[in-house]
Amino acid sequence: MTSVQEVPAETEVYLLDNYLPVVGAAEIDELRALAQPLEGSPVEMVNSTAVGGGVAEILTRLLPLFRQLGVDAHWRVMEGDLPFFEVTKSFHNALHGEHFQPVPKDFEIFREYNRRNLDLVPADARFVVIHDPQPAALIEARRNHRKNHWIWRCHIDLSRPDSAVWSFLQTYINQYDASIFSSPEYARQLPIPQYLFYPSIDPLSEKNRDLEPEYIESVLENFGIDSRRPILTQISRFDRLKDPLGVIKAYKLVKRYHDCQLVLAGGGATDDPEGAQVLAEVRDAAGNDPDLHVIELPVSAPLEVNALQRASTVIIQKSLREGFGLTVAEGLWKKKPVVASAVGGIPLQVIHKHTGLLTHSIEGTAYQIRFLLSHPEIATRLGEQGHEHVRENFLITGNIKRYLTLFLYLFNS
Amino acid sequence: MITAEQPFQFVTAAYLTRVENQKANTLLNLIEGLEHTSDDAIFFHTFQSLGRYHFLTEGFSNDFAQWALAGLNQPVLAERLASVDVRDYTSLTDLRHDLRQMVADFSATNSKASEQWAFEPFYFLRAVEVTRPLPWEARTLAGFRAGLERLSHSSFYYHFIASRLRLQLRTNDFSNWFASALGLEDLARRADRIDVYTNTLDTARQELIDMVDREMER
Repeated sequence: MTSVQEVPAETEVYLLDNYLPVVGAAEIDELRALAQPLEGSPVEMVNSTAVGGGVAEILTRLLPLFRQLGVDAHWRVMEGDLPFFEVTKSFHNALHGEHFQPVPKDFEIFREYNRRNLDLVPADARFVVIHDPQPAALIEARRNHRKNHWIWRCHIDLSRPDSAVWSFLQTYINQYDASIFSSPEYARQLPIPQYLFYPSIDPLSEKNRDLEPEYIESVLENFGIDSRRPILTQISRFDRLKDPLGVIKAYKLVKRYHDCQLVLAGGGATDDPEGAQVLAEVRDAAGNDPDLHVIELPVSAPLEVNALQRASTVIIQKSLREGFGLTVAEGLWKKKPVVASAVGGIPLQVIHKHTGLLTHSIEGTAYQIRFLLSHPEIATRLGEQGHEHVRENFLITGNIKRYLTLFLYLFNS
Repeated sequence: MITAEQPFQFVTAAYLTRVENQKANTLLNLIEGLEHTSDDAIFFHTFQSLGRYHFLTEGFSNDFAQWALAGLNQPVLAERLASVDVRDYTSLTDLRHDLRQMVADFSATNSKASEQWAFEPFYFLRAVEVTRPLPWEARTLAGFRAGLERLSHSSFYYHFIASRLRLQLRTNDFSNWFASALGLEDLARRADRIDVYTNTLDTARQELIDMVDREMER
């Protein structure tokens, strides 16, 4: 019972050389130098879904780049069906801190489906990277080929996990050689090394690539936004944890002093009953203000998001709780000044007063926006430094480099 | 042109960030952390932060100072911690001692501040370094210049900043080679005076290239 996920062809979109103008020849040379000792080493990436979700998106981009560097990378998807995914969904929510009362059968289902997939990882794999909790018990296959290096890549926030689920999972995690987390806040006390790999954005993707000014203007026109006046933008799902009502209050405080507009754009209202309710509340709070644009975007609208971010004067991310919050990195990449809450992974991206401004309240958010609108030269500096911060730390090429470095480190030790 | 017997071997360096099982929510926690954390963590939050955030050329010195400002809103302590210049240190023990002393002195005179809960915790992290020789070396200044231009940020950082600890000297790999292999003491001194706090890695590299160009024109 195995499933090898087809790796996207090395089409123009995925060519390593396309990143040369973005990161420079030296960085690409460095990737080649790091990859050279790993040439031909089989690397197996394993997750539980081939499409949809952030992990599949990341692997779709990473695998072709690994291969162009000579690393024999494969992506394998474990097989499961409804009972397994119901259990893993519950585990996922419980690991995020939701209350969950597991019964022994839940654990048995988890173990059984992992057992059925034990042949998924070939014996000759040099490095095995297991993504997220679903396939974590595949480490049991290690007893058949002990020379492999096993790494657990956790993409989720484990800062407040349900203790029963985490205790169960930890018996597997402790058997790995290393673990990877997206933020130190998400990590746990573990007997194995825990490494920090930031999530990354792809500068060549539709959401982040350069756009023609005419296209940006057309998007603004389409949404009735005036490009001549300051635009404050928050891109995020209509979710209470993103505090859209708080953003509106902050905007109203700013509006007393600056003739600006607010754009609240995101999805999540069509397939989520609570999202629809939040959207209704946001529209109600927006009232008839012609400068307050509430835009419901389709599930995938990368070019529109890109255009809105590029057209913005200030990007806001006023979350009450956040995962990593990659929309911040997207804004910084576009050289925009960002005003964001100091929660989740945001402080890793916004170094206060250097790559943006961190806030802790509605009033603070309003004040910092006013400050930036009054000091455009500081806003420009923050945006430029934010762009460099993303170039150094949050691009997909940096993600490749971290994996290569970890493989080399394990290889040498 | 002088040809060195001992070539300069360019190296590529890559760094992993490892999470230590330690964090600080208050200044008292930070003092404790500074006492007990690994040397690699002290290195990460001082020497390495200079490389990681090299593009910040105003008001950023190290992670501890940044946390004192953004996490604790203690600008006085932040300024003191930011005054630490890693170029003055060839030993992490000395650096750790001085940082700990600064925080302890501040806490002693600001008892309320020392127990104040930070907006966000300080997580102790450490660097894991992996190096690989690059397929080029230099025996002359011209060859050195060509190699220097091809270095990535992390390789330049490795040779120019992190090297101080490896060499246990107040110098860097480049200056060390200029002096010991080429006998160019003056170039070595000038190169070592390039200010890594007010330069980005790119502008520091350009300054060095300009110095090498002037030396070759002599």
